[in-house]
This record gives sequence, structure tokens and C-alpha cells, in this order.
Amino acid sequence: MTVELEQHIDPNLISVLEKISDPEIPVLSIMDMGVVRSAQVIDDVVQIKITPTYSGCPAMDVIGEDIIAAFQEKNMKAKVDLVLSPAWTTDWITSRGRKALEEYGIAAPLEEEADKEALLGNKKIVKCPQCASTNTKMISQFGSTACKAMFQCEDCLEPFDYFKCLK
Amino acid sequence: MKNENIIQYIYGIADNALILGQRLSELCGHGPSLETDIALTNMALDLLGQTRSYYQYAAQLSEDGKTEDDIAFLRIERQYKNVLLVEQPNRHFGYVITRQFFYDVFHLLLLQELQNSKDETLSAIAKKAIKEVSYHQRFSSDWVKRLGDGTEESHQKVQDAVDGLWGFTDELFHMTEDDTLAFESGIGVDVTKLKETYYKRVSEVLEEATLTIPETKWFQKGGKQGIHSEHMGYLLSDLQYMQRTYPNMKW
Repeated sequence: MTVELEQHIDPNLISVLEKISDPEIPVLSIMDMGVVRSAQVIDDVVQIKITPTYSGCPAMDVIGEDIIAAFQEKNMKAKVDLVLSPAWTTDWITSRGRKALEEYGIAAPLEEEADKEALLGNKKIVKCPQCASTNTKMISQFGSTACKAMFQCEDCLEPFDYFKCLK
Repeated sequence: MKNENIIQYIYGIADNALILGQRLSELCGHGPSLETDIALTNMALDLLGQTRSYYQYAAQLSEDGKTEDDIAFLRIERQYKNVLLVEQPNRHFGYVITRQFFYDVFHLLLLQELQNSKDETLSAIAKKAIKEVSYHQRFSSDWVKRLGDGTEESHQKVQDAVDGLWGFTDELFHMTEDDTLAFESGIGVDVTKLKETYYKRVSEVLEEATLTIPETKWFQKGGKQGIHSEHMGYLLSDLQYMQRTYPNMKW
């Protein structure tokens, strides 16, 4: 566990990393999720640094194992370290990632202020990923995983997950 | 400041997260409704995740081959430095929420100071945890208001919880020797300075929840020195069971 400041990713490694998905949201690659902070080949070993979305996120261990396995297939040895700083933010989810979330049925995170209003139930702004209505209500601030809240659409009545804003 | 003192300082913060996380984990599958059950276990997960970060760092500092698991599972009761508040057992949902609320308000204030620590790992853990604990505080505050300003029964239950747990709040602001050393070397937080803001924030929520603030001036202490309430032994026997029964077992 170390403290790391900037994102450094060797472009040659991106194609492998893009094929690894988040085990809890399989439509999202770890690159689109923004959890890969650094990927470099040093002395023939691929050194990867990932950052957790939430401290206790159990997906991190699986992601680490998946990275090592993916590089093993290419006959490359990989080492994965966890970094905590700077802390992950939902701003690091790419626009492709946001689109994938919506298509999968998870509402993508709003901006910080809008997120607060939505989670306090002050404003109806979270858009239902099924029917696009904003006539939605929060059921619970905590959802099926640490990063999501539970919502329900009052027009099509479908319940859905909302990816909470984290800044 | 010696590594051993920093380790003890870390225990003073991390053990709170571990023990409160353990209490919340006990509710997994037993919450009053699906949503609250999921919320409480999510919070437990955040707290245990934070605990791991602290213990991994403490293990790294200790240089005696200890692992995060040894620290979590193989200490004896007196070596845990959590406050008495977090080890209090789950009585009913209102009690669980009140305990959580009393801790969340303190926890957030602590982390907001700890993020300025000279120790960059502690600062990084704090910055990460602030985001999670903000959600915890919002959740527990909302529920205190909802139950306090709810039915006659919910009001009475939360009021009883507030009265019962109030006496554990003062200990949050006691400084141990390691706390003082850590503060003086720029690593730690002077918790005595958080006290005024703490009681102001807590009182605002309790008032909004139509609850009465207890007048008691008598407060329990001891957890920070490792002198725990009778509940701690039972908690630890659950927590440590697997490692004690099957030493070095791994999932």
C-alpha cells in the first residue's frame, strides 16, 4: 500500500487491461472504471497499481487476480499493488463507461451538488435507465454494492441502482 | 516518535472501525427491512475496509512479520484500544442507529483533521474514508430524525438509546499518551478540539428529532486504555473464533 500521485499507463498494455471487467458490474472494464492508476513494464514485470472505489470493496482482490491471469495468458508476469491516494472519484469513470452503465440498467453518477439533492430527496433528477423518466424516488441510500443507492421509477415502476457520486 | 507509538496510535483509530464494523456485521440478514439491512452491512464493509488499510500500514511499521490478520484476530482484549461506545451490543434498530450516529459525527470530524496528517499514508486513508463516512453520517442522522420524530414508540426507543449511550460520548475526546505524542509530532489529531463542534452537531440533530439531550455529567471511560465493558469478551470470541480454532486459516 503506497501513495501515488499521477496516472501513468503504458499504451502497449491498454489492450489487455481493457478486456478485464469489474466483477460486480461486468459491462464495465477496469479502464473505464478508472481504477487503474499506473501500468508499466519494469525489468520484464508488468507493474500495475489499482485504487479501490470504496475501502472495503471486495472486487479489488478479484480484479488483482484477474489482472495477473490476463497477463499470464500473454506470457507476462504481473504484479499488482493497491494505492490509496489520490482517492478514487466517480469523475474517473470514462464517458464510454457511463454509457455502458446506463445500458446495463444502472443510472450514472450525477454531479456532486445534484447528487446531494437527489440523495436527500429534495429534487427528482435521477433518470430511470429503463424509460428515461426523472419521476424517480430513492428507496435506500445504500444499494447492492457499496458504490450504489437504490431508486425506483414512479412512471414505469422499475427499481434500479444509481451509482453514487464520490468526490 | 517511535514506530511502536505510531502503531498504538493507529490501533486507537482502527480498532473503533473494526469493532463497530463487527457489530454491524452481526446484523447481516437480521436488519428490520431489506433496505436497512443492506445499508448497515454496506457501512460495515466500509469500516472493515478502512480497518484493513490501517492494519496493513501498522503491520508494515511493526517489522516483526505480523500481518493485518494477526492484528485483527490475535490480540487479547486489553490490547484493543477502541472506545466503549462502539462495542455496545445491538439491542434494537433505534439503538443501533443512535450508536452509529454518535460515532459517525465524531468519525467525520476526526478524519477531516487526520487528512492533514504529516504521515502520508494516514492522510491518504483519511481522505478515502471521509467520502464513505459522509454517507454514513447522512444515513444515521436521517434515521435519528425519522425515529425520534416518528411514532410514540419509535420516539421512546430512540430517547432511551440516547439516554443509555450518552455516557459513552465523552471518552471520544480523551487523549492517551500515544495520542499526545502523535499530535505533537504532526501525525495525529488533538481530539479535545473536536468536542465543541461534536456536541453542537449532535444537539442540532437531536433537537430536530424532538429528542431531549441528557443532562448527565457522569461519563464512562476505559476502552482507550484497553479496559473494556463486559460485552467486549463476547464480541471477540465471535470475531476471533476461526483464527483461534484453525490457526492461520485463509479463505
